[in-house]
Amino acid sequence: MNNWCIEMKAGRNLDKDTLLEMQRRMLRIRLFDERASKMVKRGYIPGTVHTSIGQEAQVVGACMALGKGDHMTGNHRSHGHPIGMGSPLGPLMAELVGKATGVCQGKGGSLHLADYSVGSLGESGITGSAIPIAVGAALSAQVLGENRVAICFFGDGTANQGVLYESMNLASAYKLPVIFLCENNFYALSTPSHTVTGGRIVDRAAGFGMPGVLVENGQDVMDVYDAVADAADRARRGDGPTLIEVMTYRFREHSEGLRINVDYRDSEEKALWTSRDPIVMFREELIAEGISNSDEMDAIEAEIEQEVEDCATFALESPDPDPSIAFQHLYTDEYELEGAL
Amino acid sequence: MSVMTYIGAIGAAQQEAMSADERVIIIGEDVEANVYGTTGGGKQRAEQGDFVQQFGKNRIRNTPISEEAIVGTAIGAAMTGLRPIVDLSYSSFLYMAMDQFVNQAAKNRYMFGGQSSIPVVFRSAMFYGLNTGAHHSDRPYPMFMNVPGLKIMAPSSASDAKGLLRSAIASDDPVLTFEAVPLWGQKEEVDDNEYFIPFGVARTRREGKDVTVVGISGSLPLALKAAEQLAEQDIDAEVIDPRTLVPLDTKTILESVKRTGRLVIAEPAHRTCGAAAEIAAVVAEKAQPYLKAPIIRLTALDMQIPFSPSLEKLMYPTTETIADAIKKVCGRTAL
Repeated sequence: MNNWCIEMKAGRNLDKDTLLEMQRRMLRIRLFDERASKMVKRGYIPGTVHTSIGQEAQVVGACMALGKGDHMTGNHRSHGHPIGMGSPLGPLMAELVGKATGVCQGKGGSLHLADYSVGSLGESGITGSAIPIAVGAALSAQVLGENRVAICFFGDGTANQGVLYESMNLASAYKLPVIFLCENNFYALSTPSHTVTGGRIVDRAAGFGMPGVLVENGQDVMDVYDAVADAADRARRGDGPTLIEVMTYRFREHSEGLRINVDYRDSEEKALWTSRDPIVMFREELIAEGISNSDEMDAIEAEIEQEVEDCATFALESPDPDPSIAFQHLYTDEYELEGAL
Repeated sequence: MSVMTYIGAIGAAQQEAMSADERVIIIGEDVEANVYGTTGGGKQRAEQGDFVQQFGKNRIRNTPISEEAIVGTAIGAAMTGLRPIVDLSYSSFLYMAMDQFVNQAAKNRYMFGGQSSIPVVFRSAMFYGLNTGAHHSDRPYPMFMNVPGLKIMAPSSASDAKGLLRSAIASDDPVLTFEAVPLWGQKEEVDDNEYFIPFGVARTRREGKDVTVVGISGSLPLALKAAEQLAEQDIDAEVIDPRTLVPLDTKTILESVKRTGRLVIAEPAHRTCGAAAEIAAVVAEKAQPYLKAPIIRLTALDMQIPFSPSLEKLMYPTTETIADAIKKVCGRTAL
């Protein structure tokens, strides 16, 4: 082992480039979402957004454990997922603003990002709705004999949607190469999920005959990477699906601009979790292990700050979509619309 | 040409498509055992075995009773390289997967700016008129006509069923098929060769000059029969089958109504916001000056379906009610 590598708990070695890319992607998510939050407040982004701030390790650890050609589906809190898969920021921010250069040409918005160029098959504003889509991507891999895996991200709230269990059962029965990743940030909006959830989410895997893996420290990008890489290995070997429950925390409110009068998260809890910032912790780890140094880390942070600055400029300076685009992409072939507006 | 039943023609289309393209798979409850007769059976089964023997279990799979997961999985598979046919058996079962139809199948291509195409066919059959009671008798195609992004076929004959299903499987968009179970056993001469009937092209089953009768799904053969009966009374009815409801060939219907000046529409679905309501509205908007009589819709009333045969037979249009309506718009009896 050379000194550019961290020895992983599961024995995986990652080279320096990969480790720094992890930090870059976590920073991209953090700074992108901080910028998006400001742009909502200033009225540049219509509607609202749900940020992944605080959950970057869980997103990036999972996405970077996958490879080219693998597929991913997201949820309502999903700016981070395509960024984690490697999407460029400009078209994502332009989509949030509703511009012609948006990754979905301005028709999806924050809640419906998709970037097929990096395997992001789309997030879903309806929680749980995109779970079977990932199962389908795994089915096509199996039928076509392609060595792909698929992952779906969902929250602790969605863990109580029936479609998850139909999907887990189908995936287990067919031994499909799919990973069910529960991002447990403890709250379904304001509802503490333990008050509406029977038992532990991870334990539900056993009922479907699949491994259930609990990542207790979901703020550690390496722990998440390990769990997902192991699950992806099993999936590629033909050993079927895995349920992974990652404990994490969102630092901000459920959605930007949302005011909730009840203090459903106490300040001690918030302070504990924000003191365990995944980006700060990984920076310290990389420096402590001698893989990087503070100058290099500072330079990376400056680089990502510039990237985010550029993506916001790109989004704001891009033209609005041509009105005709509102009436396109319903079907693959020509479609004559009846009637008048 | 061979004489095929409506259900046999659907099986033949599935077999042709499975043979023609390895990306086509069939998933659904009980498809491996060919329970409904569309995955093997008949002469083909004796000669070539069923679909499991012909195509292998990788491409034809029983599913758990989990409609939401089945439909969503098929959508995901279609977005990533397969062309699945999903056999959902009863049309009433579609409701279990409503979120996937409405929020995923219909919206993904649009929402994602055209990044995805979703070549998937959802087959289901309307078991109405067969005393299956309220939970199994639904004819729910109008609900799905209200969801932009889905294509809908509702054939009324064996030859149309085969050619339309081939087009559905070849389409890069999600298609829902609504088969009329009362017609499953009806026979017709069907071309043994491959052929594709385009969506959005109505079929004029009988030409006539006095009145246009649009028959949908199981109501079409009844409309034809009524037209034949009325020919003896000197009423010359034109009978049109739209065949696909999305897209809907309004052009053929409007041209016919402009010639005949009269319109009767018959369908087995409920009245409010049904296919008949849509066709009547289009004609009222675009051909009103040509109308010599009010439009008459014959539909199931907005009522649930009772079990007892003596009650259920009251619920849908019949040859007699269609004939009466034609006579009314032609001025033979009072409106």
